[in-house]
Amino acid sequence: MSEGYASSAFQHSKEHVEFIRKEKAAKSAVFLSRVVILVALFALWEIAARLKWIDPFIMSQPTRVIKTMVNLSKDGSLFLHTGVTIYETIIGFLSGTILGTLIAIVLWWSDFTAKVLDPYLVVLNALPKTALGPIILVWVGGTTGSIIVMALLLSIVVTILNVYQAFKSCDEDKIKLLKTFGATKLQILRKVVLPSSIPEMISTLKINVGLSLVGVIVGEFLVSKAGLGYLIIYGGQVFKMDLVMTSIIILAVAAALMYLSVTWVEKKFMKMR
Amino acid sequence: MDKVVELKNVTMSYHTLDGETQAIKNLSLDVRRGEFVSIVGPSGCGKSTLLSLISGLLKPSSGKIFIDNEPVTGTSSNVGYMPQRDHLFEWRTILKNTTLGLEIQNKLNKDTLKNAERLLEEYGLGEFKYYYPKQLSGGMRQRAALIRTLAASPEILLLDEPFSALDYQTRLAISEEIWVIIKKEKKTAILVTHDIAEAVSMSDRVIVLTQRPGEVKSEHDIALTTCECKTPITCREAPEFRLYFNKIWKELDVHV
Repeated sequence: MSEGYASSAFQHSKEHVEFIRKEKAAKSAVFLSRVVILVALFALWEIAARLKWIDPFIMSQPTRVIKTMVNLSKDGSLFLHTGVTIYETIIGFLSGTILGTLIAIVLWWSDFTAKVLDPYLVVLNALPKTALGPIILVWVGGTTGSIIVMALLLSIVVTILNVYQAFKSCDEDKIKLLKTFGATKLQILRKVVLPSSIPEMISTLKINVGLSLVGVIVGEFLVSKAGLGYLIIYGGQVFKMDLVMTSIIILAVAAALMYLSVTWVEKKFMKMR
Repeated sequence: MDKVVELKNVTMSYHTLDGETQAIKNLSLDVRRGEFVSIVGPSGCGKSTLLSLISGLLKPSSGKIFIDNEPVTGTSSNVGYMPQRDHLFEWRTILKNTTLGLEIQNKLNKDTLKNAERLLEEYGLGEFKYYYPKQLSGGMRQRAALIRTLAASPEILLLDEPFSALDYQTRLAISEEIWVIIKKEKKTAILVTHDIAEAVSMSDRVIVLTQRPGEVKSEHDIALTTCECKTPITCREAPEFRLYFNKIWKELDVHV
């Protein structure tokens, strides 16, 4: 069989080679289009600002953004604010995920608790958590703590619901099999329910990165000490739109990088299975 | 007679808000040590319920169940259960899958691990022990599932339509292999199936159940004239095979 494999690798039919070429061409066309859109948007923005189609004082412009970025990185504040936002997001996101998973375990463990808490969770899930911002600010205080609590609140309810759902959808027959071996509830949790829910848990992580970031930015708006959210609010207040735009662009890049790192973790995990 | 499994007047009902369903009614049967017994019946006649009762997963509404003359109070490591699909855990290697029962019963040690490895080796999965289930064919997976059950060294094997998820050719081949393994390891086996040919070819005795609520309709001691090398495949060639098949088919009284 291995011989057949090897020979087929060397003797691709013309049709097959053509097929591969077309697939690759289609793939690079997609990539190229994406780059073109990005470059075109920035170019249009710059041109529009230079030709005074738009007011650069209000709309900013790419060269001003780059200048702001350079200035901010000179005194190190760029890295400070970006670092603060990423740090708060990671803490909020990890604590939201871990706490949420623990609560999901409790719900899985006790069907009674799950049934009792169900309507509360539904309402909490529907409630826009950002509305709680002022309350958290008063209760926790104007510190990083408030921001992290905000990020945690945004991600925890979704985590509880998703992870609990994943636990519940674990194959009943697999659980039955373990029971025939005389498994305890803890063993069922550890040997089958948790490991079989890992894919759903990782997809929850992906959602949580975004949600925690929303929580952190809202938190920074309210607390206003440091972070990209602070820069955005500050820039808006003193009418430095260059600063606002710069912060948003950095935020977009940071968000994408965090999302990509979770995707990377997911790939690593899936390979192991 | 050496009875390993004994059911006395077992009745089992399921309760839902809509009402009560009697799955099994006043059912009595015995299984002797080393015997291979098949239970056939129309679908929904409580065959799987019967296995759940014997394995101790369910408690009967009334009646008594004994294993080795001890009343069943819960699951026992003496009884091994093999489900319809292999249910190998895809995140565990084949070896790790086969030691699952041992892990749960806290019996995983050097000796039991060696035994699991021996079983894999002996039944053609030795070189696949570090593979993951999805890398194996359906037949191999089913064999791995049987070894997972055997590794916990039960005396009695409960086979719940273990071949129903396989295609016909694999099914014939694997039922042969599994039969050989069970005989070689000298286990008592109770097979639930709706495949009459499978039941006749593999068993020493076939028990036919009625429609729900399931009761014993008839029992057939299977005596087939085959060559020395009796296996399910050669059994299918025996002259009496067709007779048993027809008799049981008629008793099942299938109307479509």
